[in-house]
Amino acid sequence: MARFLARRLVYYVALVFIATSLTYFLASATLNPRSVYADRNPRPSSEVVDAKLSSIGVNDKDPLGERYVHWLGGAVTGDLGQTIQDKPVTQEFGPRLGVSLRLLLVGSVLGIVLAVVVGTWNAIRQYAFSDRVSSVLAFVLISTPVFLTAVLLKIGATKLNDVLGYQVITFTGEATPNLTGGFGTIAWDRIAHLLLPTISIGIGLIAVYSRYQRATMLDVLQADYIRTARAKGLRRRPAIFKHGLRTALIPMTTLFAFAFLGVLTGATFTEKIFAWNGLGAWFIDAVQTNDINIVVAYTLYSAIVVLLAGFVSDVLNAVLDPRVRAQK
Amino acid sequence: MTRFTPDLLEGPSDAVAPESREEAVATTPNRLVLTFRRLFANRGATVGLVVIVLLFVFAFVGPLVSPYAYNYIDYTALSSPPSGAHWFGTNNIGQDVFAQTARGLQKSLLIGLLVALFSTVIAGMLGAMAGYFGGWVDRAVMVFVDLLLVLPSFLIIAILSPRLKQYGWLILVALLALFGWMITARVVRSLTLSIKEREFIRAARYMGIGHFTIIVRHILPNVASFLVIDATIAIGAAVLTESGLSYFGFGVQPPDVSLGTLIAQNQSAATTKPWLFFFAAGALIVFALASNLLGDGLRDALDPTSTAGRTGRRRRTRGRTAESSGGAAPLGRTGGVSEAASPAPGADVGSPAPTRTSPASDARPTSAPPRTNDEKGERA
Repeated sequence: MARFLARRLVYYVALVFIATSLTYFLASATLNPRSVYADRNPRPSSEVVDAKLSSIGVNDKDPLGERYVHWLGGAVTGDLGQTIQDKPVTQEFGPRLGVSLRLLLVGSVLGIVLAVVVGTWNAIRQYAFSDRVSSVLAFVLISTPVFLTAVLLKIGATKLNDVLGYQVITFTGEATPNLTGGFGTIAWDRIAHLLLPTISIGIGLIAVYSRYQRATMLDVLQADYIRTARAKGLRRRPAIFKHGLRTALIPMTTLFAFAFLGVLTGATFTEKIFAWNGLGAWFIDAVQTNDINIVVAYTLYSAIVVLLAGFVSDVLNAVLDPRVRAQK
Repeated sequence: MTRFTPDLLEGPSDAVAPESREEAVATTPNRLVLTFRRLFANRGATVGLVVIVLLFVFAFVGPLVSPYAYNYIDYTALSSPPSGAHWFGTNNIGQDVFAQTARGLQKSLLIGLLVALFSTVIAGMLGAMAGYFGGWVDRAVMVFVDLLLVLPSFLIIAILSPRLKQYGWLILVALLALFGWMITARVVRSLTLSIKEREFIRAARYMGIGHFTIIVRHILPNVASFLVIDATIAIGAAVLTESGLSYFGFGVQPPDVSLGTLIAQNQSAATTKPWLFFFAAGALIVFALASNLLGDGLRDALDPTSTAGRTGRRRRTRGRTAESSGGAAPLGRTGGVSEAASPAPGADVGSPAPTRTSPASDARPTSAPPRTNDEKGERA
């Protein structure tokens, strides 16, 4: 087992290394950090720009190999270079992650819990009216890209505010700037800001995962052991929940692992549209401001998170599913 | 126990439920008819198909019928609501919204179709090769798959797009296809693993047929139903990805339009001039929905164990098919990214950035792999 894990770790590290290096070269070839200075007024002299870019390590006049080796040397010791504003990338990373977590945790947890509830309910009452309605809703929501959901929510909120005549739902940023007041006011302000983005994240998760949950649950309900449990006299409810639901949740855990680790990489569209400065917004901004070091750092980070999610989901599967354990 | 069943669409299985085997034998001559009958018995799929056809007509015939070109500027009608002259109204610089929506939809559909086609071809070929040859081919393909899954595709396409602007939208198709085949390839690989053990493959080998001919003539037709379903859903998914990229300005570039650019451009006008926003947004949702419905219906129709359209018995639900990725997956393959590497589909969380190209290509509860041999055996 230890050897297996060690080999796997080496493979993961190699994957992360290749992915990050590839992104480094691609970003260096396509992004143009020089353009950041071209628009400044007064325009800095080209010597100044060169010196600045060189100190950050993104000067296209320096040899690419040299820049890469320098970046790699820093990365190994945990220094991911400077942003185009000459601040350490790692320093900006923490607060960004914090914003993403505050934005996503509630929505993801709610989304997943409700998805399990809805999916299970639909499976138990297959083809009932409620099942049909939620199937249609789920299909519509799955077919709606998240940026559209978010924009539609914003439109709805604007309309509602117009009708009611005052700002009930606020949806820009994380909190109202310069808000004064007691703890209650500030807490309420934060919750009000969280409302729409949470819905935007949550309903997408509910739509998708409830379909998966319904599917696995239906499979389980038709399994022989449920029939056996019923045949030996177990009532329907414990048969479904104790024997059925627990089994149906095993394959779901692998999906949940991805959803939860997805929280760590931020929500690009929701963050941009509701103006939260989280990780997802960070990388879009970085691409738009030609910030090579942030782009590479984000790739490194998300590669690690994706692999971690895969690993966690496999481990969870092994822990929860006796059949998988038996295969070893 | 296996009989030589050359029917193309039956799953690669020795242990299908008995009635389905009889069915397959009985209906082999008119399999296509049965597929269509089942497809049209499924109301969702029929609606999906009809809607897709209508949208295609709108996208490709619309520009011919429309009195205005999509980039023509009518200075006499700025921001006018829908009227006889401008059926969907005009935007604030006087462009006809009908012509723009048709043009945007056309571009989105073309991109979606091509991406689905290319990514399915790549997935089918590489997946079948990996499964058939095994050994280093398998390892190479799977490392490549893992690598592409680990790369945040949305970000890669975003950083490449400014440099590739000059080559137009076809390069976008290539990029989307490059990042869209991995999960499908994995499923094809695992299906191939069981197909290649079957007698007709061995028979073909003994007759001296080359490996590639076997893959093209015997392996791929046996996974065709899965690929058809997957491609159908991939069209909608690719359209959503493209519009997501275009929304941020990384996809289709102005002056050309796609549904994504139209939505991004006009979102702020949605409350005051709804016609600018809702035609494009509606077209996008309706198309994605139709392709999902059709894919779902196709799966029921092509599933050899499905009873839909055959008897009065209730079909065994789409449940079983979406039985997923995760399943009782053995502890990873040789230690790659887990099979369930489809992160939070449809949702924003974890979706656009990591692993999958698209906000909704991930959203394939509908396209989960059909069961493989052992899973079926387990239950039979």
